Amino acid sequence: MMMNLHFMRFVGRILVASVLSMSIYVPGAQADLVSAEQVIASQASRHDRDRILALLEREEVRAQLQAWGVGADAAKARVDALTDAEVAGISGKLDSLPAAGDGIIEGLIFVFIVLLITDILGFTKVFPFTKPVRR
Amino acid sequence: MFRVFNARNIAGVFVALLVAACSTPQTTALLNSGPHPFADRAELEQVVFYEQEAHQCGPASLAMALHESGAGVKPEDLTSFVYLPEKQGSLQAEMLAATRRHGRVAYLLRPEMGAVLAEIGAGNPVVVLQNLALSWYPMWHYAVAVGYDLPERELILRSGREPRQRLPLATFEHTWARGNYWAMLVLPPGKLPQTAVAESYILALAELELSSPQTDTWPGYAAAIQRWPDNLSVLIGAGNAAYRRHDLAAAEQYFLKAQQDHPASAAASNNLAQVQGELGNYEAALASALRAVALGGPLEAVARKTLAEIRQRMERRR
Repeated sequence: MMMNLHFMRFVGRILVASVLSMSIYVPGAQADLVSAEQVIASQASRHDRDRILALLEREEVRAQLQAWGVGADAAKARVDALTDAEVAGISGKLDSLPAAGDGIIEGLIFVFIVLLITDILGFTKVFPFTKPVRR
Repeated sequence: MFRVFNARNIAGVFVALLVAACSTPQTTALLNSGPHPFADRAELEQVVFYEQEAHQCGPASLAMALHESGAGVKPEDLTSFVYLPEKQGSLQAEMLAATRRHGRVAYLLRPEMGAVLAEIGAGNPVVVLQNLALSWYPMWHYAVAVGYDLPERELILRSGREPRQRLPLATFEHTWARGNYWAMLVLPPGKLPQTAVAESYILALAELELSSPQTDTWPGYAAAIQRWPDNLSVLIGAGNAAYRRHDLAAAEQYFLKAQQDHPASAAASNNLAQVQGELGNYEAALASALRAVALGGPLEAVARKTLAEIRQRMERRR
């Protein structure tokens, strides 16, 4: 189950979006065998989701959300409700940001994460790839 | 006015060059990081050189790599596939697709110089995409990296009209970074990249099967199983490939191992159930299918269908 980080970053997110929308059956086989591509896509998606959830654990993010009256558990529940393709889109966006230093999230990334979560919660609509929750 | 504007421009370029010149982190790390796994020098002298015509560096580079992989292809055979006249170049996607159309695995390397050196050291030439100019004034170029010399700090390439271009590693890093570190291997199925990641390799085989259904990819799975005998994706891929070859006994073995090593995988149990059912081992098939349904997740619907089919077969047998 150990997966290479580079593999995840460069292949995973493209794959989740493409493979999950395709047939899950092995081409040419009559039986309903699950394909290796699908196994890999679900592993990659899990990895991306964990990555976003880990960001919600960061103290700065929690504090800001708290200030806006958003509970950490509510935010996590929203991340869990995202589709695989949405998670892949967000993870891809994270990759394109400058690398975060140790410990402190740099300003840009902090703003991104907070806006991302408020987007998901329907308070803002900054990113094209987020779908606000319907209330 | 004009002069002022011009001077500013020139200053801007100068600053940009200066900034760019300062950072070749990969080269620096490679040359200064004490002991590393690479030999001082390696060169694949046998790699054929096809001189590039006009803007056709894509077809020329790909033909060199395909030739090395045992596919007898000339650049002119490829121009209609990979050369896009209106763009005066080739898209990366076209390079990958043309590789697969010739029955070869197209494998993208990690964006690391170390990966390029490791592949050269293992005998695999690397097709690289460079931006020879600047990010805002791109000059795209494909070349084939065939050697390196660490003491001389050089990479050796078949590039354009130069059969043996010696490029400083730092210069290569700059041009390659502006090409987003794109690097591809062209390999016959069965020859694993030195730096392969199991999942990436299995995906590369699946892509090859889609573009070139007549190609026998079994040697690729056989090699993958040898290198990564416990990897879930490899076991599932090999089992499915054995199934497609109508080798149900082998498929069962792979899925059984997948299930034992990865008890939380619904895919492993589902596929095992399917094959056990077809082998007529209904009791085992039923147990595996029930297990797949219990594991559920996104595969629950598939697992339920497998279970229903196995129950039908058992009914019919009574």
